Amino acid sequence: MAEIILKVENLNVKLGKEEIIKDLSFEVKKGDILTILGPNGAGKTVLLKTLLGILPYQGEIKWRKEVKIGYVPQRLPFIKDSPMSIEDFFRLKGISTKEETKKALNSVGFEENSAFFQKGEIGNLSSGQFQRILVVWALIGNPNVLLFDEPTTGIDIGGEETIYGLLAKLKKERDLTILLVTHDLSVVYKFSNYVICLNKCPICQGFPKEVLNTETLQKIYGEEVKFYEHHKH
Amino acid sequence: MEQFLLSLIAGIFIGGVAGYLGTLMLSRKMSLVAGPLGHLTLPGIALALLYGFDVSLGAFPFVILGILLIWLFEIRTKLPIEALTAIVFASGVAIAFLFLPIEKAETALVGDISKIGFLDTLITCILSIFLFLLIKKIYFKITLINISEDLAKTEGINVKKYNLLYLFSIAIIVALGVKIVGGLLTAALVAIPAATARNLSRNLLQFSLGGAFWGVLSSFLGILLFKITGFPAGPLIIIVSTFFFLISLIFKRILP
Repeated sequence: MAEIILKVENLNVKLGKEEIIKDLSFEVKKGDILTILGPNGAGKTVLLKTLLGILPYQGEIKWRKEVKIGYVPQRLPFIKDSPMSIEDFFRLKGISTKEETKKALNSVGFEENSAFFQKGEIGNLSSGQFQRILVVWALIGNPNVLLFDEPTTGIDIGGEETIYGLLAKLKKERDLTILLVTHDLSVVYKFSNYVICLNKCPICQGFPKEVLNTETLQKIYGEEVKFYEHHKH
Repeated sequence: MEQFLLSLIAGIFIGGVAGYLGTLMLSRKMSLVAGPLGHLTLPGIALALLYGFDVSLGAFPFVILGILLIWLFEIRTKLPIEALTAIVFASGVAIAFLFLPIEKAETALVGDISKIGFLDTLITCILSIFLFLLIKKIYFKITLINISEDLAKTEGINVKKYNLLYLFSIAIIVALGVKIVGGLLTAALVAIPAATARNLSRNLLQFSLGGAFWGVLSSFLGILLFKITGFPAGPLIIIVSTFFFLISLIFKRILP
């Protein structure tokens, strides 16, 4: 039995007067890949931010003591407001030399991509490349839990495929526990072993194959969604 | 000659730090804030000119008041911050003109660095160095906060504390800035060198030091031009600064 690293009980989150998350309880065990599934505006990102301790809440959030969290935000639109090289971005996390930055990038399999450095400003990277940079950035300091917020739009084609490949690889190498937000069903099936379905109120949770059915999916996404059986490739 | 040297030194120090801080303000889209705050200091400058004490000293409490008021209004109402700044700064200008002697109006509005004394210059330099070191210390943290407050918070950065230090830096630079460019032109002192540096830089170091460099150079040449032409130094510094900005636009198009 794997140890429990996060226990959430009766979580309620209000932003202003609006109730975003109602009465949510769940547990995360070491090594889990937990997906938080739901449509836009369902409160997924809010849940991640609450778990990070950024937003006020009612109820209980208990992280195990030795937990160290890395956070990959959805996107960082304001990064284009300063001229920033990749090296600068890593400097914000306390990494001060080009060698160290390279090492950090290498450690997640970026060695063939040294062209990354010649691109100049980080704002010029493609969304997919930038997302990988965000993952590397989050992993500096060796966190054992990764909170990953999937961008809803704007990742270049092929990007989504590789980011989950990268996450799977990292999980194996670093013994990570991953909590990830997504609206993409295929990610849930391929990648995770536990799913929480949210549409403000918690709709269902459990092993993806067991809890995701026509009824629950209609509750999440509305009537028009048809369920299709996922086939393993 | 000695008087001119003092003006030059004070101008260079203030210009440099203003340009440096300006890069942080530009990244946060706050370049213009120094403007309203500068206008708000006019009653303080008027008092200083009336009673013969240092204009920065007169300006400082009013900047602090301005920052507090804007901050309070922001919490208390749902009006956009720019409307609030407009209310605050317009009141400042209005109040100043109730008692500002008209013959001192030019000094109050566009500054006068030409009569700065030795002690005043010394204090200006010390404050500028202190401010430079403070900004250097908070630069990366503020940059991360500019990019994403959430990310900064998860990195354990005390966002409120750093924002306060940042606002405090703006307050000091406005108070120092009114010495050379008066209550009207403080925004230009932080905004233009930073904008020039932004056009010519591709990383943070080039950007931040670029802001300081263009600030120093503009003040230096502006005050030199004042010596030659006799026009007031404040507007000359800003005009030189704008000239560099225009040149940077050409280079921006050439840079890949």
